[in-house]
Amino acid sequence: MHMDKTEKKWLVLTVILTFVAIGVMTGYATRYNIHPPSNVETIDSVSLHLSKEFNDDNLGLKQEADGSYTMTMVAARYGFYPQNLTVPVNTPVKFRIASADVLHGVHTAFTNLNTMVVPGYVSEVTTTFPKEGEYPMFCNEFCGLGHDYMWSKLHVVKEASLKLEGAK
Amino acid sequence: MSNTAKTLALSNIWVAFVTFLLAALMGVYQVAERSGFFPSLESANIYFASVSSHGVIMGFVLTTFFIMGFGYWTASTSLKMPIAHPKFAWAGFLIAFVGTAMAALTLFTGNASIMYTFYPPLLAHPAFYIGATLLVVGSWFWCLEMVLMMNLWKKENPGETVPLAMFGTTANAILWFITSLGVASEVLFQLVPLSLGFIDTVDVGLARTLFSWTLHAIVYFWLIPAYIAFYTLVPKAMNSKLFSDEAARIALIMLLVFSVPIGMHHLYVDPFQSAGWKFLHMTGTFMVAIPTLLTGFTVIASMEIAGRLNGGTGLFGWIRKMPFNSPMALAAGLSLLMLTVGGWGGLINAAYAMNVSVHNTQWITGHFHLIFAGTTVIMYFAISYTIWPTITGRALYSVALAKLQLWTWFIGMLILTLPWHVLGLLGQPRRIGAAEYDAVTTQPWEPYEALMLVGGLILFVSAIMLIVNLFLSHKQPKLPEHPTMEYSEAVHPAIRVPSLLNGFGFWVMIITIYLIASYGYPILQFFLLETHGTFPWSI
Repeated sequence: MHMDKTEKKWLVLTVILTFVAIGVMTGYATRYNIHPPSNVETIDSVSLHLSKEFNDDNLGLKQEADGSYTMTMVAARYGFYPQNLTVPVNTPVKFRIASADVLHGVHTAFTNLNTMVVPGYVSEVTTTFPKEGEYPMFCNEFCGLGHDYMWSKLHVVKEASLKLEGAK
Repeated sequence: MSNTAKTLALSNIWVAFVTFLLAALMGVYQVAERSGFFPSLESANIYFASVSSHGVIMGFVLTTFFIMGFGYWTASTSLKMPIAHPKFAWAGFLIAFVGTAMAALTLFTGNASIMYTFYPPLLAHPAFYIGATLLVVGSWFWCLEMVLMMNLWKKENPGETVPLAMFGTTANAILWFITSLGVASEVLFQLVPLSLGFIDTVDVGLARTLFSWTLHAIVYFWLIPAYIAFYTLVPKAMNSKLFSDEAARIALIMLLVFSVPIGMHHLYVDPFQSAGWKFLHMTGTFMVAIPTLLTGFTVIASMEIAGRLNGGTGLFGWIRKMPFNSPMALAAGLSLLMLTVGGWGGLINAAYAMNVSVHNTQWITGHFHLIFAGTTVIMYFAISYTIWPTITGRALYSVALAKLQLWTWFIGMLILTLPWHVLGLLGQPRRIGAAEYDAVTTQPWEPYEALMLVGGLILFVSAIMLIVNLFLSHKQPKLPEHPTMEYSEAVHPAIRVPSLLNGFGFWVMIITIYLIASYGYPILQFFLLETHGTFPWSI
């Protein structure tokens, strides 16, 4: 068994580098609670419209009793519903999304809102939008021949000018 | 060398390259359709049938057949023995070939436009799933033959060190067998019964978890032949020696152990798995950086020896003196450049938090084209140029054409994939045709889409050059002496190595334990949770 001295040094260096990288991510995950969107919660996609949470009347933005915001959405071929979404700037918003049919993905360009929407499961992701403006929200997983046309618009506005669609 | 090994190698590799040319043509159609310059080409039906065929051929057909062909040739020439079970090997080839034909028929007729990842509940024709299964089952014959031949050789040469080329090939056979079990169970227990109507619904979470089992290590199945070439063919092509045989074995074993139990980084933004499991798979994903960097060191150190033997002196003088005049050496240089850029992108994808900013955008398509179609496939070309004369006994038709082909492949791949990375950062999702979102969003995309068309055309011309060169090589006159396959020697030949670096029994045990730890509960949970199956949907 023969290993060169420089090679051993390089091996030690790569191991250190790798552990530093893992360490940085561990730090952010534990200190700031930064994790990829994960939510083990099942739902029957066939009867979304009969569920309390995902029926048509309940979709959109709601302010909870504690003042936090929740956006409830349904992804279905070929759109996200509601199709125009308005959220407050610089405020954490919890998105709860379910698919009524096949696999979809939600990605809002230039933001951290990116999650798969899997039939049979509820996706949940909390994020903050630091800049006001209008953002396209794309379906980013192939879902059928109309996939190219599946998108909605996300409007990020000042909290004061927010119209609470779900607060009925 | 035995005729069986020759015909097996040629049959497998020609199936790989003929289908490759077809898929490259589809690639040109796809970039043309997406560019928006040719409205008459725009059709969701044709586009998604084409993308699905392109992906299945490049990812499953080109790779599997090339790896089998190269593997048979490596086994036969490095162990200096004939294929141990010729009928068995041919049976594997036939099963894989029939499977490929079945899948192709459904793909080309638009009956399997569900992408090479075939995510349910989208449903294809049953013949597609059965064909894909046969392709995998056929490749298992190859896996078993590689393991059998290595063991046979060890029995006949007790105490001897298995040649590095064969050690890598066997590592790859074992890796592929273990990693293909994920997709095989998804197809056998979920998709085939669903497509035949034996079951009504499918658990999409379970299907995606099983597919992730395969989805990462499959990349190493594709990449290991390139590594084998780096270690055992490149130093020879540069009149140099391999810097370290043992380091190569350690890197191959680390790739084998770490690449399978980390597939859940493909599920970072999927709901149905908790963050803890994703975190565990993230750490394993980063561990793979170690064998990759180790390989980079060993290969570049071997190149440095070549540069110094060529008269290069000083700290950097050897760089200019490296002999890149053979296709193998040139391809290795270009491949390492693409690996550096692509590997850097890969670290961003693998990063636990940063992944959300690129997941399923065009960035991802750019990344895997750079790593797979660039880094890996360019080495398949160079391997073919190197082994062709040793198989046919005829000179290569044109070494100059081969080098031009490698350069055009490199340049075309950069022009194609670097703009894709930018498009991803500009928000473009992957797997879209000529989509019309609002102009504010899509206008910044346009210059990059024009560039990708240029890249695609260059790549197609390059693909034709490969096929022409290899085909015309069969028409060359026989060389007076049949060239033999020569593998690089190490600076310190590995006459005796510890048994852990000369076999895989112990490592398979470690992988099994690691797999149970990382995938046991994530799969089991679907049988413990109250889940709701999903009905199948056509596209």
